[in-house]
Parts: sequence; C-alpha cells; structure tokens
Amino acid sequence: MMKKLVVIGAGMASGRMLEHLTGWNVTLFNAEPRGNYNRLMLSPVLSGEKTYEEIITHDADWYAARGIDCRFGEPVVRIDRVNKTVYSNLGGAPYDALVIATGSAPFIIPVPGHQLPGVVTYRDLEDTHAMIAAAKPGSTAVVIGGGLLGLEAAAGMAARGAEVTVIHLMGHLMERQLDPSAGYLLQKDLERRGIRIHCKGATKAILGKDRVEAVLLEDGTVYPADLVCMAVGIRPETRIATDAHLEVERGIVVDAQMRSSDPAIFALGECVQFDKQLFGLVAPLYDQAKVLAAVLNGEEAAFAPVQTATKLKVTGVDLFSAGDFAEGPGREDIVFRDPGRGVYKRLILEGDRLLGAVLYGDTADGSWFFDLIKQGTDITDLRETMIFGPGFGGAKADPLAAVAALPPEAEICGCNGVCKGTIVQAVTGGAHTLDAVRALTKASASCGTCTGLVEKVMAVTLGGAFTANANPPMCKCTDHTHEEVRRLIKAQVLQSIPAVMQELGWKSHGGCASCRPALNYYLLADWPLDYCDDRQSRFVNERNHANIQKDGTYSVVPRMWGGVTTPDELRAIADAADRYNVPMVKVTGGQRIDLLGVKKEDLPAIWSDLNAAGMVSGHAYSKGLRTVKTCVGSAFCRFGTQDSTGLGIKLEKLLWGSWTPAKVKLGVSGCPRNCAEATCKDIGVICVDSGYQISVAGAAGLEVKETELLISVPTEDEAMEVIAAFTQLYRENSRYLHRIYKWVAKVGLDWCKDQMEDLENRRALYDRFMLSQSVYQKDPWAELAQRPEDWAPLKTLALEAAE
Amino acid sequence: MNAVTETWVEVGALCDIPRQGARVVKTAAGCIAVFRTDADEVFALNDRCPHKGGPLSEGIVHGTSVTCPLHAWVFDLNSGMAQGADVGHVATYPARIEAGRVYLGLRP
Repeated sequence: MMKKLVVIGAGMASGRMLEHLTGWNVTLFNAEPRGNYNRLMLSPVLSGEKTYEEIITHDADWYAARGIDCRFGEPVVRIDRVNKTVYSNLGGAPYDALVIATGSAPFIIPVPGHQLPGVVTYRDLEDTHAMIAAAKPGSTAVVIGGGLLGLEAAAGMAARGAEVTVIHLMGHLMERQLDPSAGYLLQKDLERRGIRIHCKGATKAILGKDRVEAVLLEDGTVYPADLVCMAVGIRPETRIATDAHLEVERGIVVDAQMRSSDPAIFALGECVQFDKQLFGLVAPLYDQAKVLAAVLNGEEAAFAPVQTATKLKVTGVDLFSAGDFAEGPGREDIVFRDPGRGVYKRLILEGDRLLGAVLYGDTADGSWFFDLIKQGTDITDLRETMIFGPGFGGAKADPLAAVAALPPEAEICGCNGVCKGTIVQAVTGGAHTLDAVRALTKASASCGTCTGLVEKVMAVTLGGAFTANANPPMCKCTDHTHEEVRRLIKAQVLQSIPAVMQELGWKSHGGCASCRPALNYYLLADWPLDYCDDRQSRFVNERNHANIQKDGTYSVVPRMWGGVTTPDELRAIADAADRYNVPMVKVTGGQRIDLLGVKKEDLPAIWSDLNAAGMVSGHAYSKGLRTVKTCVGSAFCRFGTQDSTGLGIKLEKLLWGSWTPAKVKLGVSGCPRNCAEATCKDIGVICVDSGYQISVAGAAGLEVKETELLISVPTEDEAMEVIAAFTQLYRENSRYLHRIYKWVAKVGLDWCKDQMEDLENRRALYDRFMLSQSVYQKDPWAELAQRPEDWAPLKTLALEAAE
Repeated sequence: MNAVTETWVEVGALCDIPRQGARVVKTAAGCIAVFRTDADEVFALNDRCPHKGGPLSEGIVHGTSVTCPLHAWVFDLNSGMAQGADVGHVATYPARIEAGRVYLGLRP
C-alpha cells in the first residue's frame, strides 16, 4: 500500500515537484478549476501572443498517467493535523504527508472603491481574461503598480488597443530590479508604445458608481478607467497554515528540506519563508520543488537559495537585471551608456566580485554576468573590459594587449558569430576601415556592441596605421556615421526626419543641407509605405524635377526608353522648344534630348506639353535611375546576339522612378563589341550567345573604372530580376551620394555575388524593390504640372514700385 | 519725398510658402526671396547669392539658415550674413505675418 500524499495548490512549484516524485499516492487540490499551467506566460496570453492551451504544462492525460487524484475547483478549508486529514468544501482526504503550495495572493490597496466591479488583480487566468475582455480598442485602463507584473499587464492591454496609464508610487519603474537610469529608459520605451506612465503617484480612491470609472490620485490627477488592475505586490498565501497553527511569519517557515513546524507537513513555493527570505521568481521555486521531491523520495537534499535574474516579458523591451545593485560603501560601478541606441549597462562590484548587473537595450551578455555573480568568480582580471561582455575572455589591464592575446577562434561578434581570426584575415586582406570589415565579416554589423572590440582587433592587426574613427560622422549636426544612422533608423523604427533628429540627438535645429537630403533618402528607402517624401529636404534639382543651370534657368529632359524615339515624340520636342524659346537643344550622352535654358515658371507648361505627347520625366536630375543606353542588338545588327534594345527598354521601364543613394546609369550591349559602352556604367549588360553577363561598379566620371562581372544568367527574366535586386541591395546598404563603384569597393564584390546567388534572398530583394516602385514609380511632371501657381512668383510688384 | 520708413506691402498668404522653403517676390529692383521656417517665421532676403548669383530661394532651409543651391554657401536669414569660412552679405527686408498674410517692409 503506497503512502498518501496530499498537495494543496496546483501551481508551477507543485507541478515541478510532482514531475520528480515517485512512489506516492497523490491527491491534488486546487482552488482554481484547472491544473498546472505556466503562470509566467500569462503576459503573452494577455497580449495575444499565446493562447491558454499553449501555456498548459500538465494536462489531464498527464495526471491520469500518474494516477493523481485531481480535485480541481475544490479549495481546501481546513487541515486536521491530529487525524492527518485535509478538508475541502466537498470532503476530506487523509494524508501521510502534506504539501502546502498555496502560492501567493495579490496585495490589494484598501483605498475607497477597491471593491468596485472592474477592479482586478493580475494573478491567474480569470484576471487575464477579465483584462482581455476589457482591453478593447478605445477603452481605458489604469494599472496601479509599475513593477514587473504591472508593466506586463499594461503592455498586454496596450497591445490589445486599450489606452493604458500606469501609476507607480516610486520615483522610477521596477525600482526593485532597476536603477533610476534603466528605469528611465524603460519608461521612455513604454511611452513610445503609447503607455502613459505616472511615477510618484499615490492612489487616493477608485471612483465609480456601479463599476469602476476612474482613478483619483493624491495630487488630484484623475485618469478615466474602464478597468483597474492592481499589481502592487503579492504576499504569501498562508491562511490555511495559520489556521492549522503551523509556524508562520511572513511565510510558512520551513527548513532546508522544506519541512514546516509539523514534520508531516511540507510547504513549497511562494508561500514559504526560508532563512528569513521569501521567493517570488521561478528559478528558486523549481529548486525547492526538486529538493522536496527528493526528500519525499527518501533521498538526501537541501535547499540553498541562489541569486536570481529578471527579464521583463514585454515584446521589444530588452531588459535584464540580476543580483544586488544597491549602492553601498565599498561598492563600485562600471557604467556604459549609448543614449543613441538606448543602451545602458551597469555592473556593481565589491572588491573582486561582481554583485549585480543591470542591462537595458542590449542584454546579450546577461547570462554571462549572471554566471559570474552566481559563481562568485574573481573578476580582477576581467574588470577592465568585462562591460563589453565575454568576448574579451581573460583580459589584462591593457585592453589592446588583451585583444592581442586572444586566440584566433575567440568570438568577437556574438550576434553574427565572427571570431577574431576572420577579422584579422579581412584586415590583412585589405579591409582597413570599420565599414569594410563590417561588410566583409559582418562583425559588429548587428547590435554594434562589439564595435570597440572590432576596432581593437583592427588596431592590433594594423599597428599604427589604424585610427579608430576612420569613419567620420555624417555631418557636423551629429556624431553618428551614415552607417550608424541607417542602422538606427531601422532598429528604432524612426520614420520621420524630426524623429531621427530627436532620437539620435541631432546637435543642430533642422539639420543642414548635407544631412537633410541624406535622411530623406534613408527614410524613403527604408520605409517606402510609411514615410512621406519631404520635398523641402531635397536639393533644388530633385525638388524642381529639373536641373538648375548657372543662370538660374533649368534643363528639361524627357525619358526616351532605351534611347529609342519616334517622329511624333521628336515633333513634340521640337514644338516645345519653339513654344518656350528654348535656347539650346542638345543630344545627351545617355541617348536622349536635353532642352536647356527653360525659365522656372515655364516648367509646368512644357512638362504638360511633353506629357501630352506621351513622354514622362527623364529624371536627368535625380539620385535615381538615369538612362539605359543600348545598341541596336539582334534586331538590326549583324553581330548582335540578343535583343539588347528590347532588354534596355524593359530595364528602363522596370527601374525608372526609383530613388537611389546616387545616380544610376545602365548600358546594354548586344555583343562583346560593346557599342553601348556598358562596361563603364554603374550596371552593364553584355549579351552573349549563352545569355547575359551582368557586370557592375563601373565609372566614367571623375574616376574611370571598368565594371566587374557580378553574375551570368541565361534568360532576360533572370537578368531583370538580378538587376532590380542588385539595385535594391545598393538602395538598402549604401551611404548617400556614394555611386555603386564606391559602395562595392566598401562591401566587396564577393559579398554582392553571394547575395545574388542566394536565390531566396535575391527574390526578397526584388520584391522589396517592387514594393518601393509601387509607391515611387510615377511621373513627377504629371503631378507637378497640375499646380503651375507653385512655380510662379508669389507676387510681382514691378508695376506698383513703378507708380 | 525723403521718407526713409518702409511701407508694409502684402505679398501673399503664409500657406502659399512651403514650410522650410521659400517663394519669390518680383520687384523692379530684383527678386526677393521670402522664406518660411519650420517654426513659421518669415524672412525676406535678396534672391541672389553674393558668390555667383545663385537663387537663394531654391536653397535648403534649415533652422534660420539657408544653403545656396549652387555652391552651398550658408546664410543667416536674420542678418543675411554668410556663415562659416565664406564672407559675404545679402540684403534683408523686414517681414511679418498678420492674419495669415505675409507683409514685407519695402522702401518706396
């Protein structure tokens, strides 16, 4: 006959204990009408990222397989220690051993109105469902308490569309886990998600007639609320133990074997007190569960509390805290801040030990720090560089010497798994700037935390030839480089020029003529659907869709697809030249016709005339696709291998209207004789019998450079896909005003080839290009010609002045 | 007829000038560029860069400065003084907004 074990409470701790238990006849009581589920995962259920079914840890089959008698929905009302029997509202159950795992109860502030319908706590599935039901778009909710649970409740309801206010008594959020600086960053992050935060706010009353309507603070502030969630803390649920006259202080007092003052009764989880400590996080509870299971199994075991670490489960908020971070005599701090990226790291040291760590924005090294805290590792040798994470290994006082001492296989960039040897190889292979190393190896290309480390590896490898900041800031308005700004625009989802300037700490008001066009380009390239092109941040030529000449007149160039025109188009151009007294008509190097010397106020009318003849803007003024120069190809030429003219027209129709970091010119030659001079273009195609050789990165301006082969493809369709995908790669990665040849020199042609040979990636690039084209491939002339008044003087005062 | 005070002349609606942009008012003495900043202040300067005659009205307006579109000289809209290493000055005119209309102070 197996001995009888009764367990009161089906929480995470008792569930874990039952997993490890053998040889007992178990009866499991639970006040909630269900079994064990992962309470930690209620927040993802609240925010809608998970369902209840996904967070069940033990289902009916599991209990059945172990012969556990489940009494769910039966709260235990009394323990009869003399007769070793527990009683629920429905009946009794005898025990040889009893485990109390009643967990904790949420603390309710007894302010007026706290019993109104609509006031909930955040403890179980019922609470979660109440919040889900209330948090409809347009509803209002107030969360009292800015701790871990309160913020998860707030974020969850906000994710469901409710307008949420968090009231927190202390000066900053999560003050038990975070110091003020990290608390501030967290507050900013949450505010950016539309959650209002009211710190130093004391709740005076909850207002409402039949149900909750608002929350009144001591300072007189009133926040409307359809629902109030109290998340101010928890206390051990000890009533049943107190009634049974067990020893109870703040929690049920247990020894290291989890035994209470009655040797037949054990306690486990958040309801216990061991060595004057209470336990709220899951790791020590699991440790207790294992110890208790071992004790019940008749094995030796003792519970010893260890340090715990905290992570906030709010999607997109990256926060980690572990250990003790209070200030105190003999304690020292190491602090790292990068306000631009919202990164904050603080390590708290005492002597040669790490006591605590607070990480915000970049928590990648959290587990490493946590390990150092738990192990009580002597950190004397790590101290200089430990804030940069474990990549530094056993660093000595001189960080350069430490880096020099690292073996080639030491990991430098955790995000991309790049080791020191790879970086050294790239540097010795000619990558002498951080950008080039990044492009070739991906080191420091993701989160960027290891940038300093990568630079140190470069410095060690190059010796005196390396200057750390070889990559100058974008302009005098900021300390960030172009690359950093591009990365931060994506990482922080910055979608307007003011947002970039605000969040990245621009030093000027309104930027300058250098950064504004660059930012405008980055934003429209990265957020084609969300960002609205800012004309006033464009250079005159792009703003006026015509090239300004030195006398203030403009040149007008209609598009001639692939350099092919018709008599009708030529007649329309001739008529326009006559009508607007165009002083010069010139054939351009890109196989089209330039009308030079047009007055600004005539632009809308001449565009309108050219539009009427079926022509659109040639974008001869843009950082964008200019021309696709072609030869006559197989249609007429006796040497032509493919229809180069046809492909050129198709390419121009595919690419026109796209904005790029600098101008893009193409050429398509029908045979290797190369009459279209394709091999000095940004992108050139040479047709051969077997298909199409696509080469890139040519130049024929200040510098002259032949293109290099990117890829050869057999069909026209593939050629078009590669060229659009490559253009998108350039759009997404280059710094503003760098032509393709400059950009390729930085990132390396091999990297570009890899991108094109990976078919899935190529297709994704192509799709992103087409998405952008769906917005930007439109004729600006047609649009602007509608508003001729914008092009005329605001007023002409000549007559009045003459009077 | 030796009056030296300027006459306020209405030249158009504020909303006809783009924010961080400019429009031109033609006068017998040449073109005046009327700028509107992102804070909705208005400034009036000669529309001619002292360097090579570039139309300042076509420059990028940032804060209370404008950068000439031809060779990137920067001028303070308040004083008309060239900024940085460049030396030069553009004539300025008083400008104000009243009931959404822009007025320039011009000497007859």
